[in-house]
Amino acid sequence: MISLEESILQGDRLALARLLTQVENDTDDGRAALDALFPHTGKAHLIGITGAPGTGKSSLVNQLALHFRREGKRVAIVAIDPSSPFTGGAVLGDRVRMKDLSGDNGVFIRSMASRGSIGGLAQATANVVQVFDAAGYEIIMIETVGAGQSEVDIAKLAHTTLVVEAPGLGDDIQAIKAGILEIADIMVVNKADRPGAESTEKALKSMLELAHPTQRVFAHHGKYMSAALPIETETNIWIPLIQRTIATDGKGINELAHQIAKHREHLIVSGDWTIRARARLESELDAALQSALMDRFRERVSEDQFNKVMDQVLERSLSPLEAVNMLMNGSLK
Amino acid sequence: MLDKKIRVLVAKPGLDGHDRGAKVVARALRDSGMEVIYTGLRQTPEMIAEAALQEDVDVVGLSILSGAHMALAPRIMDLLKANGQTNVKVFIGGIVPDEDIPRLMEMGITGVYGPGASTEDIVKDIKNAVK
Repeated sequence: MISLEESILQGDRLALARLLTQVENDTDDGRAALDALFPHTGKAHLIGITGAPGTGKSSLVNQLALHFRREGKRVAIVAIDPSSPFTGGAVLGDRVRMKDLSGDNGVFIRSMASRGSIGGLAQATANVVQVFDAAGYEIIMIETVGAGQSEVDIAKLAHTTLVVEAPGLGDDIQAIKAGILEIADIMVVNKADRPGAESTEKALKSMLELAHPTQRVFAHHGKYMSAALPIETETNIWIPLIQRTIATDGKGINELAHQIAKHREHLIVSGDWTIRARARLESELDAALQSALMDRFRERVSEDQFNKVMDQVLERSLSPLEAVNMLMNGSLK
Repeated sequence: MLDKKIRVLVAKPGLDGHDRGAKVVARALRDSGMEVIYTGLRQTPEMIAEAALQEDVDVVGLSILSGAHMALAPRIMDLLKANGQTNVKVFIGGIVPDEDIPRLMEMGITGVYGPGASTEDIVKDIKNAVK
C-alpha cells in the first residue's frame, strides 16, 4: 500500500480530500502528512480574495478560476465562511457561485468553516493551502470570510491580496481608515455596472494618492516602460492597482488576471517573494510553537488545578495576570 | 486534536426550483453544530458527487420535490461509489411516495423525510448514522 502523501503527489483526489479533513481537524495523521509533504511546497501562487460580505468575492473567484484554467493552470480554491459562535455549526455557501467550475478535474474547491478564528481565515487554512501546494496546484485562491475592517490575516498568507469593494458601501472616509484596504495589492471595484462605481473608484484612488504621493511617476509609465520592465523595479514599491469588474458576466477579468500576473512578477523581481515566504513561514512557526507550548502547559497543569485558579479569578481574589504567573511558575496550592 | 465536525452536503438535484426546505434543513443542521456545504439549485448528479468528494463530507442530503427521485438517487449512489465514497450516508427530503421509500432504502439511502418531518429527528438520525 502506498502512503497517503504519495497518493497526494500522484493526484489521487479522494486521498487529497481526506487528507484535507485530517489537516483541518489537526490529527496526528494530518500532521505527519504535512511534514512529509512540506518539501514539495512553495511553488504555488497564493492569491487572497477578501472584502465585505456580498461584494462578489465568490463570483470573482469563479471567473478568475475559469481564466486560469484557460491558461492551463491547475486551480485550488479554499473558501472560508464563518462558524456560529454559539453552536460551532456553519453553512458554507461559496460553492453556489462556483457552479461553472464543476466537471473540471483541474479545479478543486474546498469549503472551510472559520471554527472560531477571527482573522478572516480558519486556523488550519495555511496547512490546507500547503497540501494543495504539494499536490501541484499552481494557483491557490483563498477566499476569506466576508471581512469588515480588520480581518487582515490573509495578507500574511497570500502572495497577492485582492480587496473587493462594491459601489455603495461607504464614503471616502471609509477609504482612509486603517485595516483592510492597507493590505490590498490590487483593489477590485466589482459590480461596476451599478451606480456609484465611479465614486467608489475615486475614493480608492484618492486614498492611494495619499499613501503614495510619488504616484505621478506612474503617469509616465508608458514612456519609461519601453524596455518592458515593470516600473516597480525602479522604485521597488508596488503601488496597488484598481480594477473594475463585473464578475457575473466576466467583464474586467482578463485585465484583473493580467494585474495578478504582474504583481507576481513584481514580487519575484523585487525579492519580495522570498521576503513574504519568510514572513509567512515565520508566523507559521510562531503559531506552531505557541500551540506546542500550550500543549506542554496542559500536560503539566491538570484541568483541576487550572479550574481552581480560575475559581479564584472568578472570586476576584486573583487577577488574570497573577493567575498566569502562578500557573507558569507551578506555585500552585 | 479538534473535535471531528460532521460535514454535510445539502444539494438540490434536478430541475425543481423550491429550495425553502433545503434551506430550513441546512439551517437546522447548522444549529446542531454541523458544517453544512450548501450547493444550491439545479445540481446534476455529477456535480453533487464531485462536491461530496472535494468536501469529504460524511453525509449528503438531497432535496427532491420534482418526483425524479427514482432516477436521481441511484445515479448519485453509483457516482459516490465509483469515487470510493462508500461511507457517505445519503438522506433524501422532499415529496416521495410511500411505496418508493423501501426501494430507496434498498439502494442504500439512509433516510427519507417528507413534509412535516421534524428537523430534530433529522439531526438525530444523521448523528446516529455517522457514529
